[in-house]
Amino acid sequence: MALDDQKSIFTFVGTRPDRPDGLDKVTGRARFGADAHAPGMLHGAILRSPHAHARIVKIDASKAEALKDVKAVVTRADFAEVPFEPGLEGEFWNVLENVMAGEKTLYDGHAVAAVAATSALAARDALKLIEVEYEVLPHVTDVDKAMEADAPVIREGAADYSVPEGMHPNVVRYHESGHGDVEAGFAEADLVVEDSFVTEATHQGYIEPHACLGSLGTDGKGELWCTTQGHWIAQKTCAALLGIETSQLRVTASEIGGGFGGKTTVFIEPVALALSRKANRPVKLVMNRSEVFRATGPTSSASMDIKIGMKKDGTITAAEGTFRLQGGAFPGAPGDMTAMCAFAPYNLTNVRQVGYDVMANRPKQAAYRAPGAPMGAFAVESVLDELCNQLGLDPVDMRLKNAAAEGSKASYGPTYERIGLVETLEAAKAHPHYSAPLKPGQGRGISCGFWFNHGGETSVSLALSEDGSAQVMVGTPDIGGSRASMALMAAEILGIPYENIRVTIADTASLGYNDVSHGSRVTYASGLATIKAAKHAVEKLCERAAAKWGIPVDAVKWENGCAVPSGPNAGDFDPLPLADITADMGATGGPISGHFEATPEGAGVSFGTHIVDAEVDPETGKTSVTRYTVIQDAGKAIHPTYVEGQYQGGAAQGIGWALNEEYIYGEDGRLQNSIFLDYRIPVASDLPMIDTVIVEVPNPGHPFGVRGVGETGIVPPLAAIANAVSNAAGVRMRQLPMSPPRILAALKDK
Amino acid sequence: MDYHSPASFAEASALAINATGITRFLAGGTDVLVQLRSELVTPDTLIDIKKINGVHDITRNSDGSWTLGVAATGAEMSDHPELGLDWPGVVEAMDLIGSTQVQGRATLTGNLCNGSPAADSVPAMVAAGVTVTITGPEGVRDMAVEDIPTGPGKTALAKGEVISAINIPARGENGGDAYLRFIPRTEMDIAVVGVGVNLRLDGDTITEARVSLGAVAPTVLLVDDAARAIIGTTLDDAALDALAAAASGACNPIDDKRGTIAFRTEVAGVLAKRTAKIAYARAKGEQA
Ligand SMILES: Cc1cc2nc3c(=O)[nH]c(=O)nc-3n(C[C@H](O)[C@H](O)[C@H](O)COP(=O)(O)OP(=O)(O)OC[C@H]3O[C@@H](n4cnc5c(N)ncnc54)[C@H](O)[C@@H]3O)c2cc1C
Repeated sequence: MALDDQKSIFTFVGTRPDRPDGLDKVTGRARFGADAHAPGMLHGAILRSPHAHARIVKIDASKAEALKDVKAVVTRADFAEVPFEPGLEGEFWNVLENVMAGEKTLYDGHAVAAVAATSALAARDALKLIEVEYEVLPHVTDVDKAMEADAPVIREGAADYSVPEGMHPNVVRYHESGHGDVEAGFAEADLVVEDSFVTEATHQGYIEPHACLGSLGTDGKGELWCTTQGHWIAQKTCAALLGIETSQLRVTASEIGGGFGGKTTVFIEPVALALSRKANRPVKLVMNRSEVFRATGPTSSASMDIKIGMKKDGTITAAEGTFRLQGGAFPGAPGDMTAMCAFAPYNLTNVRQVGYDVMANRPKQAAYRAPGAPMGAFAVESVLDELCNQLGLDPVDMRLKNAAAEGSKASYGPTYERIGLVETLEAAKAHPHYSAPLKPGQGRGISCGFWFNHGGETSVSLALSEDGSAQVMVGTPDIGGSRASMALMAAEILGIPYENIRVTIADTASLGYNDVSHGSRVTYASGLATIKAAKHAVEKLCERAAAKWGIPVDAVKWENGCAVPSGPNAGDFDPLPLADITADMGATGGPISGHFEATPEGAGVSFGTHIVDAEVDPETGKTSVTRYTVIQDAGKAIHPTYVEGQYQGGAAQGIGWALNEEYIYGEDGRLQNSIFLDYRIPVASDLPMIDTVIVEVPNPGHPFGVRGVGETGIVPPLAAIANAVSNAAGVRMRQLPMSPPRILAALKDK
Repeated sequence: MDYHSPASFAEASALAINATGITRFLAGGTDVLVQLRSELVTPDTLIDIKKINGVHDITRNSDGSWTLGVAATGAEMSDHPELGLDWPGVVEAMDLIGSTQVQGRATLTGNLCNGSPAADSVPAMVAAGVTVTITGPEGVRDMAVEDIPTGPGKTALAKGEVISAINIPARGENGGDAYLRFIPRTEMDIAVVGVGVNLRLDGDTITEARVSLGAVAPTVLLVDDAARAIIGTTLDDAALDALAAAASGACNPIDDKRGTIAFRTEVAGVLAKRTAKIAYARAKGEQA
């Protein structure tokens, strides 16, 4: 798609109307995962392993099954497969192994059995009667230890072709990329800084725990209601795990109380369906917070080594990084993503990056906004800050000097199209925050960040009503105000008011396939498909007008919500409004609708620059973030308020990750802090007002120029906050979170 | 599970004496109900003491001392026009507990009897010299707050004993108290270290002091050495350093997810200084 095809003057796009789902959400009328009920419904509960690593010797559920209130007990035997049997391999097998343990339990909290009973209390009581005999095995939870020669092996044969000979079997994927000659580059440098960094695993911390209501008959037909970022992937996965046909399972996505990547897969849904099939009744399953922490998908933890060479004038001569990511007891830690994103903001002659995907006895990691990128940015941007400090360079000027731009060869391979990194750095430099004086005890930090963004399989359909209103059916659950954005984009094409458009998240039986709401793809891909579907409807509207006027259809154009005669016929007829055409559409050829299905490939990459001020109490090591500014390229902000919300959310979650959030495992391999009291996400009073600046450098791959904005915002915060804290404390912080005990210890060692 | 709502403390005590299994009194329930729902403690008997006459009363006695009913909530304490003028440290410690919602239920009694070494109001009560009245099968007796906790989750109360009132001494002249805690966040967190200080001045010189530490030992501590370090001083730098050293020296903490031994020990000293300065300023009648 060429830029000159792109629209740049808008009527609706760029305005800030209330979100269509707002009233339901503030009045409690919105129905979330746990709000579904069905006649005859049973309540499920899941028995979880107390051991980090153990062989399941025997499961005896006879006492639970004997209870009157208990209608079904399931274990692994109630699911589809035998390992690696055709039809269930690769990621499906991993997901099955994760939702219900097979021969071994692989982490504290791993599901081993489940019960359906007539009440939630009865189900929980029944769990206590299930006897499981375990043979406890040695475990490992730390990424570096999991790679050591004597580390317990989590699963033989999990590594793929990419892993070099001689690595521990827990290393399951390997990535290497880059260009140029790093050794030559380091030789040219005036200063080379080399350092190592560690980050702990964090959780997305969505407020709504996983919840679902599943119903599956012995005829292989079923229905599932669940809180998810993608109901088609839930449909496909559940069908595979239960051995039924995909189309026979209809999945409806509830309203979603946060996902951030953590709801892009299934955990309890296949279990509810298996229980339902066995009990022949609908089964509801709702996780509690402790289950969410122990047994859903936190981020990877990471251990990283960085080496960067720089000239006195700030030119980076070479950069090298090794990124080891632990992603739980399954392949999937995004070591490759970390490696590819780490140096992506810079135009480098010599760069080399290596990523490892390492298994350990922890829950299977899931995405958390730009999976893998924040850790790598923390390590790389910390070293850049150190180089600036040692060479006396301004951190924004240094970054401007090295910033990637259109035509730069990205560190991960391709050549960039039009991108907006330089614009974000220039906006940072011009922002009053950057020149505001700091008080004693405060420090300032800067970081850039990059994320790829994604297109993905997308279907949208749009139908016009007789009264001239429109309904848009999309398949991407609304996790960030996307219904508002879709309505604005449809309004822009149709030329009818925003309020006259209703956007619905269709169930899997009502629309073609849609990928998950992830990869910052929704406003980009569902938005593009909405625009195309609306244009499809507009073509038909023009046809009806042409027929009515008796002129060729190519002599009709669509303007401000009306069909208008053009060319030689211009002015011959009065403009015909949309509602006039739909009023008698039944008689002029039937219902008018539009649809679009594709896998759009033009998701533009996105960059951001963050400025953070922090103050450290030198006596207690406690950090307060005193000022925060997010500057990010949105391509085109369809609904600026929700773009700002994404920016602020990324910064808020980044503050938690940087300062206090962490998975803490004991010597016994058990998670120590599986409640919000001890897993410390920021509370409102921990956050300063987060300022935002929307930079708009249009994405050539979208008709309105949209770039995804959901993920880039969490890439710079860890580094920007760490740089601010390090500058305030006068000591480089190399481990996240920078909790007060760690800062105080670093101050003592200074 | 049996639920009772007796009309008197004698009746509450009798119910508790005759109960089998696990018994809990229900004040605000912000510990009991949370523990119940998370399956940490599932009581066999719940004895709700909120229906007893006068349990919400906050009364100033003729000698200037205070009597608080066992169900008086944090919000009721903060809203009281005079209690906080006499005992700002006790009121601010209670006010730190939880959110607005929790404040509407949580009580001093529950905070004390839950037996957490990190309970926020307890160091403030110990520093203030608060006692509790206990009704039991053998009648009524008073006990100092510092003697109630005996270990994490454990109290000196015998089976059938129920706290029936909280007694705060008269403030008297030239006195001030304060409580500070360290938490990694700004709100909704559990103390990693807590310090209560209560003192009295003659001119600029401290004549009486009580210093109490929370979250640094199996129970809240009353630290005599720390009090001695400031008695007879004007809270000059040397006195503050001696106070910090005594506070740190009294610590016997654990290494856990909430803080390391080294961190707790160090920060106990830092907070002791900061708390003492506030109490001192209050005793002088300054706003702090
Ligand atoms: C969200 C949240 C935040 C919190 N934040 C804090 C905090 O910051 N700091 C803090 O210290 N605590 C905190 N707590 C814990 C709790 O709120 C406090 O301990 C509170 O003071 C308990 O009071 P309660 O009246 O609710 O006690 P309850 O739950 O009713 O009772 C607690 C215990 O006291 C016993 N008990 C109650 N009354 C009597 C009596 N008359 N005689 C003998 N025993 C009795 C009960 O048997 C029980 O063992 C928090 C709790 C929540 C839910």
